[in-house]
Amino acid sequence: MTHTELSEMANTIREDIVKMLVSAGSGHSAGPLGLADIFTALYFDILKHNPKDPDWLDRDRLILSNGHCVPVRYATMARAGYLPVSELATLRKFGSRLQGHPERLRLPGLESTSGPLGSGVSQAAGMAIALRMDGGRQRVYCITGDGELDEGNIWEAVMFAAKERLTNLTVIVDRNNIQIDGITEDVMPLGDLAKKFSAFGWHVIEIDGNNIEAVINACRLAEAVEEAPTVIIAHTIPGKGVEYMEYDYHWHGIYPGQEDLPGAPPKAEQAKVALAQLRTLGGQIRSEHQ
Amino acid sequence: MIEPKQHLHPDVLTPEAKLEPIRAGFGRGLLEAGHRDKNVVALCADLTDSTKIGDFARSYPERYVEVGIAEQNLVTVAAGMALTGKIPFTSSYAAFSPGRNWEQIRTTICLNVTNVKIVGSHAGLMTGADGATHQMLEDITLMRVLPNMTVVVPADSVEAEKATLALAALNGPAYLRLARDKSPVITTDKSPFDLGRAQILRSGTDLTIVACGVLVYHALMAAEVLAAEHNLEVEVINAAVIKPLDTVTILASASKTGAVLTCEEGQIAGGLGSAVAEALAEHAPTPLQRVGVQDRFGESGTPGELLEAFGLTAPHLVKQALELIKRKS
Repeated sequence: MTHTELSEMANTIREDIVKMLVSAGSGHSAGPLGLADIFTALYFDILKHNPKDPDWLDRDRLILSNGHCVPVRYATMARAGYLPVSELATLRKFGSRLQGHPERLRLPGLESTSGPLGSGVSQAAGMAIALRMDGGRQRVYCITGDGELDEGNIWEAVMFAAKERLTNLTVIVDRNNIQIDGITEDVMPLGDLAKKFSAFGWHVIEIDGNNIEAVINACRLAEAVEEAPTVIIAHTIPGKGVEYMEYDYHWHGIYPGQEDLPGAPPKAEQAKVALAQLRTLGGQIRSEHQ
Repeated sequence: MIEPKQHLHPDVLTPEAKLEPIRAGFGRGLLEAGHRDKNVVALCADLTDSTKIGDFARSYPERYVEVGIAEQNLVTVAAGMALTGKIPFTSSYAAFSPGRNWEQIRTTICLNVTNVKIVGSHAGLMTGADGATHQMLEDITLMRVLPNMTVVVPADSVEAEKATLALAALNGPAYLRLARDKSPVITTDKSPFDLGRAQILRSGTDLTIVACGVLVYHALMAAEVLAAEHNLEVEVINAAVIKPLDTVTILASASKTGAVLTCEEGQIAGGLGSAVAEALAEHAPTPLQRVGVQDRFGESGTPGELLEAFGLTAPHLVKQALELIKRKS
């Protein structure tokens, strides 16, 4: 895919996310929208995977540690061919394969079950060490939130991966600076994450996580690092693509249409405005719907 | 009478009973499981030798993972390895795993249905001098309520070895509870072990005792006394597999004897006694007495002193049995 095609795909995924959340009537908006570029880069460029054979042994593994962001994964997987796009409307509904937080056994390709924060990096490390035991060349990717780094389990895993020199592991931190109760630096300051990971023995790359090319380049660079596991600190804009949500932590855990918030359109208009902004890439292009 | 087909150790009820820590059997079983299947891996949280995982670590260093003092990481790394086809055994003290990492076990192992075996050593009062912080009494309860989890509490080192091999061959989450101090070896290599069956070690008609772990020995000793001094024939069931509980065997015995005494070296709430009570209450209400730790914490002391002080030795079981029999209709 060209860079333009990837950007358009990311935007399509954002539209899917908004529609899914509205259909579900609950769920998280900011994180999934902010992660759309990273997921697009992973599924449409970086990952070795096969939507027709989700259990393919030689596939790369992707663990989503911050399970609440799973709408972006479902939407990306649908666009990649793992499930029908129409199924996205079943998100969070009774009997759906698309549980509110991802469950491995419900939908092939999810790799693991997550939601309670902090346990993804260690599972990814476990996968990485097991694959290395078998002489495999697969890579393991793990996406974590930044608020999630409050969890002690994360740092246990960070120490462990460095000790084991898991060079087949790449962790992507979604550094969007928000969590449910507010700004990460107010709730529990994370400080200089690059220095922290570096002090723990990791190779650190910092990027604009909404720049697909930067995401791809960072993942490729991580593949070449032979000394240590790599963390990509991906600075993203929460709610990216929907102007009234961007940077506002209030949109962490709610969906368009749920609440009247300062700076946002009235509840009844929120979904419509969000979709209109996404269709035009924030006014940069003309949409066929205009 | 003692069931001949159980092939119990001939010295078990004598002063010459062989003593060995239950955890030693796990060490042997894990070594053999590693020999049988190259996918068996072991993880430890800085307690390699005391949890008896050392022989495996030295024999299969390439399949051994040391995670340091980090029990949440211990079980979640194991979950990741299981998702990649390995059969991980994690070992620590039960107070820390599953004591500290219950949510990780719930989500990444039970809901996720990963093939991880959690081994909790130094469970119960048999931990002795270390005191209440290290005497895990709530582990059976914590593990029993988790969907998809198998819970095994071996009665001796020989059974622990068999249980380890059986769990290595079982595809699914499991918890194996082990004790620290030496305890009598009850069974032999010929004794049956089955993850789906409770074992009737001694048959009788007057009372059923359902026990697990180190208290199986005390139940057998109590049965001897009840026979010799009170002319009572007690059926002793070793319920090493607490989940799934073999309710068929237990209900049949209860209907035969009309009274059930349970005993376990753990918290009275939610453990083996509770599991038996649930089965009896729903299917065949029967006079029941549960012996266990009565909603309190342990303390420092020798295992012998503690079992005595907490009312878990044979003389206490005899007393409880005689009281219970009075309640039979």
